[in-house]
Amino acid sequence: MAATQEEIVKGLAEIVNEIAGIPEEDVQLDKSFTDDLDVDSLSMVEVVVAAEERFDVKIPDDDVKTLKTVGDAVTYIAEHQG
Amino acid sequence: MNTTNRTVVVTGIGATTPLGGDSASTWEGLTTGRSGVSRIEEEWAADMSVRIAARVAVEPTEVLSRPQARKLDRSAQFALVASREAWADAGFESGAGEPGTPIDPARVGVVVASGIGGVQTLLNQYDVLLQKGARRVSPHTVPMLMPNGPSANVSLEVNAQAGVHTPVSACASGAEAIGYGIEMIRTGRADVVVAGGTEAAIHALPVAAFANMMAMSKNNDAPEQASRPYDTARDGFVLGEGAGLVVLESAEHAARRGARVYCEAVGQGLSSDAHHIAQPEPTGRGIAAALQNLLDATDLTPEQCVHVNAHATSTPQGDVAEIKALRKVFGDRLDQVAISATKSMTGHLLGGAGGVESVASVLALYHRTAPPTINVDDLDPEVDADIVRGTARALPEGTIAAVNNSFGFGGHNVVLGFRSV
Repeated sequence: MAATQEEIVKGLAEIVNEIAGIPEEDVQLDKSFTDDLDVDSLSMVEVVVAAEERFDVKIPDDDVKTLKTVGDAVTYIAEHQG
Repeated sequence: MNTTNRTVVVTGIGATTPLGGDSASTWEGLTTGRSGVSRIEEEWAADMSVRIAARVAVEPTEVLSRPQARKLDRSAQFALVASREAWADAGFESGAGEPGTPIDPARVGVVVASGIGGVQTLLNQYDVLLQKGARRVSPHTVPMLMPNGPSANVSLEVNAQAGVHTPVSACASGAEAIGYGIEMIRTGRADVVVAGGTEAAIHALPVAAFANMMAMSKNNDAPEQASRPYDTARDGFVLGEGAGLVVLESAEHAARRGARVYCEAVGQGLSSDAHHIAQPEPTGRGIAAALQNLLDATDLTPEQCVHVNAHATSTPQGDVAEIKALRKVFGDRLDQVAISATKSMTGHLLGGAGGVESVASVLALYHRTAPPTINVDDLDPEVDADIVRGTARALPEGTIAAVNNSFGFGGHNVVLGFRSV
């Protein structure tokens, strides 16, 4: 069953907390992974792989570059999840 | 200012070792003769011929934040912990050039080395590859396993922009790093250098490999007695882990900012054996050459050298070859030199050894105390020298110097000289 937007945000928040140590409540739709959440390009790959596993979605490397904010990722996952 | 032969001093020290999570607790352990060796409790050790090692006393994950620790190989974690202590100990509050630390980042260097690099990361990620697939291999794998990783991570911490280096010479790596750091300052490339060694190789593969070289002690039933340099019953080294770093600084720079000075870092002597890839050269020819090179290249005199922190790993051949070399260079004066083998307590930290033993040498001069060599119950008659046995010993007043020896597989010989101020 597909995850709701709320579930995706919560899931991403847990992943970002695990990888970058950012409090889950700070992971909001308008936040930039790089500028606000201390997720550099290498850590972003970790976030993506964890999200792929959690939400049953494939995020090709070329698409990863388009995911600037948490909102971008939530939208992408909602549209592509299996 | 003479830019080609500047005096170098030590203004900070940091360590995380099997004896303690910092240099103070390590020194307490060294001077009270405490062993850091214990059984390896993990399942993988059950069928090994060697089931003992000297783990760090304080896990780096207790000190570093979780997001930081997960991007660092264990060897880099140790280096970062030790560098924070050393940097603060030198009186710096933040990275070079940042508020509170008004020194020029372009004049700060880092030289941190290990013998083996990020071997645990390499092996763990290979397990991930085989068990979970290529997609799951950590994107941090390369920066974690590269041997220059610890040095580079320390440079990020202190904002060092004069150069980051990693001389690799097996178990001499940490000492060679400090020698390189001394040269950076002596020749004018930098004013402040964080230098030393780190190692984190207590893992099934390195343990199995060293054991198969017949290099390690198999005294599994008495871990605390297993590392016994100079004793007739010694049967190899005990693998240790951890890091030891010093902050080197030009004497002029240190004086200008009113820094506390532990001692002078006089210089280094280097040579290579060209004898065998792993066996020590039995007469100590190369070791003697390195020590002589130190004396020839600096104003250090044999009379000043009252203490040697020996390489002495507790192997039958190596310990004796080193003593022969010391006798060759110092002659009768060797009888007045207090020799300590601190690996009897810390185990052998491989590339970390030169770093930790430099910290020990610096503190030996600063406190005028030579740490003991423990477990010398029956001194090998071939060890014709004054070994500090059992308990610590006071070193004399006046201008005194300590020599720190480190040698590595491949025939690398590195001798460092430190002198009281």
